[in-house]
Amino acid sequence: MADTIYAQASAPGKAGVSVIRVSGPAAFAGVARMCDLPALRKAGLRQIRDDRGQLLDSGLVLCFPAGSSFTGEDVVELQVHGSLAVIRGVMENLSKLPGFRPAAPGEFTRRALENDRMDLAQVEGLADLIDAETELQRVQAQSSLSGGLAKRVDTWRESLIDAASLLELTLDFADEDVPTDVDTDVAGLLRSVAEDMERELRAADVAERIRTGFEIALIGPPNAGKSTLLNAIARRPVALTSEIAGTTRDVIEVRVDLKGIPVTMLDTAGLRESLDPIERQGIALTRIRAAAADVRVWLDDGSTKVPEGMDIVLLAQDDDGTRGGVSGKTGAGVTELLGRLQSLLESRVPKDALALRNRHRASLERAIASLREICGELTSSPSELSAQRVRDVIRDLQELIGGVDTEDLLGSIFSRFCIGK
Amino acid sequence: MFHVKQSTVIVVGGGHAGVEAASAAARMGTRTYLVTLRADTVGALSCNPAVGGLGKGHLVREVDAFGGIIGRAADRAGIQFRLLNRSKGPAVQGPRTQVDRGEYRAAIQNAISALPVQLVEGQVADLLVRDGRVSGVLLDDGAELPGDAVILTTGTFLNGVIHMGGETTSGGRLGESPSVQLADRLYGQGLPMGRLKTGTPPRLSGKSIDWSGLELQPGDENPAMMSFQSTGPHLPQVNCAITHTNEHTHDIIRRNLHLSAMYSGNISGKGPRYCPSIEDKISRFADKKSHQIFLEPETLVGETIYPNGVSTSLPRDVQIAYIRSIRGLENAEISQPGYAIEYDYVDPRALTAELEVRDMPGLWLAGQINGTTGYEEAAAQGLVAGLNAASSVQELPPVQFSRTESYIGVMIDDLVIRGVSEPYRMFTSRAEYRLSLRADNADQRLTPKAIELGILDARQRTFFENKMEQIDDARQKMKSVSVAGKTAREAGVNVAGDGKKRDLYALLSIPNVGVSTILSLSPDLAQFDDSILRQLENEATYSNYLDRQVQEVSRVRRYEGLTIPPDFNYQDIQGLSSELRHKLSIVRPTSIAQAERVEGMTPVALNTLIYRLKISRIDSVRVG
Ligand SMILES: Cc1cc2nc3c(=O)[nH]c(=O)nc-3n(C[C@H](O)[C@H](O)[C@H](O)COP(=O)(O)OP(=O)(O)OC[C@H]3O[C@@H](n4cnc5c(N)ncnc54)[C@H](O)[C@@H]3O)c2cc1C
Repeated sequence: MADTIYAQASAPGKAGVSVIRVSGPAAFAGVARMCDLPALRKAGLRQIRDDRGQLLDSGLVLCFPAGSSFTGEDVVELQVHGSLAVIRGVMENLSKLPGFRPAAPGEFTRRALENDRMDLAQVEGLADLIDAETELQRVQAQSSLSGGLAKRVDTWRESLIDAASLLELTLDFADEDVPTDVDTDVAGLLRSVAEDMERELRAADVAERIRTGFEIALIGPPNAGKSTLLNAIARRPVALTSEIAGTTRDVIEVRVDLKGIPVTMLDTAGLRESLDPIERQGIALTRIRAAAADVRVWLDDGSTKVPEGMDIVLLAQDDDGTRGGVSGKTGAGVTELLGRLQSLLESRVPKDALALRNRHRASLERAIASLREICGELTSSPSELSAQRVRDVIRDLQELIGGVDTEDLLGSIFSRFCIGK
Repeated sequence: MFHVKQSTVIVVGGGHAGVEAASAAARMGTRTYLVTLRADTVGALSCNPAVGGLGKGHLVREVDAFGGIIGRAADRAGIQFRLLNRSKGPAVQGPRTQVDRGEYRAAIQNAISALPVQLVEGQVADLLVRDGRVSGVLLDDGAELPGDAVILTTGTFLNGVIHMGGETTSGGRLGESPSVQLADRLYGQGLPMGRLKTGTPPRLSGKSIDWSGLELQPGDENPAMMSFQSTGPHLPQVNCAITHTNEHTHDIIRRNLHLSAMYSGNISGKGPRYCPSIEDKISRFADKKSHQIFLEPETLVGETIYPNGVSTSLPRDVQIAYIRSIRGLENAEISQPGYAIEYDYVDPRALTAELEVRDMPGLWLAGQINGTTGYEEAAAQGLVAGLNAASSVQELPPVQFSRTESYIGVMIDDLVIRGVSEPYRMFTSRAEYRLSLRADNADQRLTPKAIELGILDARQRTFFENKMEQIDDARQKMKSVSVAGKTAREAGVNVAGDGKKRDLYALLSIPNVGVSTILSLSPDLAQFDDSILRQLENEATYSNYLDRQVQEVSRVRRYEGLTIPPDFNYQDIQGLSSELRHKLSIVRPTSIAQAERVEGMTPVALNTLIYRLKISRIDSVRVG
């Protein structure tokens, strides 16, 4: 049975909304664990939840059966809010579903092609798509790996080749005068790659924020002056880049540029208890967005206890700016606040981190887990199995580290060991 | 019915490729000629008197599964059998045997004479070509031999040049003349050609070696035979011995390095990295103080010894000096000096997967002429060329080998898609489905195909069918007996002590569970032969892992089915880089599976190809 694949697809002309597409035999069964599926070919507004039942987002869900989908397989489309946290959350959950893996480049198209999902009318459209993909891939290949990053990825490649070739050495050249116990060396290599990948993932978290922007949540009791403050920030002509109001009922977003760092300011619904079920849902979403934001600013009016996890706590409505607080109404303290935010974010930005796309992230996470598992079982499992598993890891990482074939392994062996009876 | 003239296949060369090609073509029912320089060198082993090994043993078993000659001949002539990697899993075990050179040649010659193959002694000087199709061969005495297909298997003979120190002589093997005119013909046809080199060590007189004090290497106690049908060795078994080079040996070689043909700049051909000369070993791995040498008897009585590990192109007197610096060889006599040989090969990317020359229909190439090295590699290609030349002239569908089902398929695909940059040798690491392509199941993978082609003798066929029946019975039996976790634990199987019952086959797939454990749980399985139970053990060893490969295999098979027409035009396909377009037009893949393996192919480029392929079909349907 084929894997079920997923990827984020852009939704042209619908800013603020992201489409995540899932295709494959397990698509329906898998996504059904995250929300109720609407009837086939009918859009339904659904609450999407993670594997512990936590709400991730509410969005439109569409199901297409194998006979009438773009790929020719069962397809589910999730239209969710374009926020980084939401997309990340949904993607992470998809990766945990059985039989699911991130799509390789061009894989949706490949499946459409293989399933003959083209009649003459569709052909032209598909040609455009293929051209676009080609261009996209070229641009991505150039931009995602540069300088120090490319070097790091090369090191992974080399270490993995070295590890794989040590294992092959003991298999293919057992009748030669070569080392027979390579487990320690192999484990060392694999572990160092796994550790470095973990480091990279952590750094990439921050790097990705640079691409997609950081989120700063303004939180506080109702009427603490959050909206006024946001408006004040938005009114500054240099700062305002775009405005998407009302993407949800309850969260207002304003994008600003903090000296080159793209930032989305979130004005969240006031955190209070509510009996209105619709408003309750809004508040729940607010909490989620706020919790996932990179920086949380609490506007304190003394009415509520300051919740945990706040990065900056500011006195609200300090209209004359004498108490070190902030005021949206008079603009007092706004410049200082933006300065603080900027240096806070700058301190989190690494110099050269790999701009990992979600697909890469999931590949790395899988690779790390496999590498650790292989290391753990190296001595107890037959070496041809370990060799196979290392090769599988290498193949899964192909998009990142480049293709590795037998010639690469043999090259590594012959350059290091004297083979030849 | 009207009478159809029997088609003729001409095989040129009586080496390992040639004899398998002739055997296959004859068994396919064509009139078959085997033209070779000397009838008495048919089946000669030019180098090491050993057959099989890691990867190579797989090839031998696969050829054997098709009713080929090499495995049976090796068993007949084997004087030491060893299963390499015995301590490792079945997927990487490789059967190997040391053979008596003369007995081996005799066994091959007997096998050929038992087949309807007509042996012609002579040198092929040229190809006959009519209407752009190869239509026979011209012998150097002027005689013409017409035929519908020609298979060239001339090994190292095309423009062969032998180097020993400063001396160079032309020759296809020591003491045999090269094929120059034939090479000219291939160049004249514009085939892409290249030059490769290889070497061989000096041979020593057995009597002159002091064996006392040398470490002996005996064969296996339970010999694993090369052919599925052999039951045991035919000849008495002998030992090999191991000795080592030393600092003094290295000194002698280092001092004379400039005299080596390899280092004097006389040789332009590229040699294999895995079979370096002793000169190479000492200069490339300077910090290694000593290298292993296996002393392998070339015959049962041991009058000639092959010192494995010291191939060389140093002058004869230096060879004597360094050999005598080695322990046990202090008084050794050299009966035939080592030498290097350079020869022409044809870039195998000019071939189809059936090994036919794409631009010279009617001509097939097999063996070292395609840039490979080794008897087993040659034999396997001979089989492929023989089957396909015979199919083609009888207008039968081609006999194809997939990477997903055989090492033969792996090799052919590597050759015709990737070409070679050094003499190509099989390694198990070349097979991506190594866990399922095992030497032990070569018959299960391939013999059904041979039966379908009708090329097996009755004995092999019955043998195979009986074996399969027993394996199926035993497997069925194992699957029908289930035991509780507790019982399994008591038998020493590491499973959860839950209430779940597991069948014996499932238990067998657990690491460290073997036949003996299963027998203790179900003694009546002892009704099956031990070899049958072991076969199931091998099969079960990787079964959990193989499930993961099934998907990949089925994808490759699907892509093999997406065929690319021979006249497919890559030039005006947008979205392919010009480099890739160029590569594709050299390799001319015949399926998407092949295209996927062309160097530099990307997933998106492959989409573009599949897409163009599909539209071209839609277009032609629309037009037609
Ligand atoms: C010096 C040397 C060293 C080698 N070292 C190694 C090694 O270390 N490891 C390894 O694996 N392999 C080695 N080999 C290679 C191995 O011997 C070959 O790969 C294998 O024998 C190739 O088989 P073949 O059938 O292609 O050619 P061959 O076995 O060479 O047979 C060629 C046949 O063609 C015949 N022939 C040639 N020209 C004509 C003609 N014009 N007309 C009629 N008949 C013709 C010849 O008489 C011969 O019978 C070595 C070979 C040589 C010569």
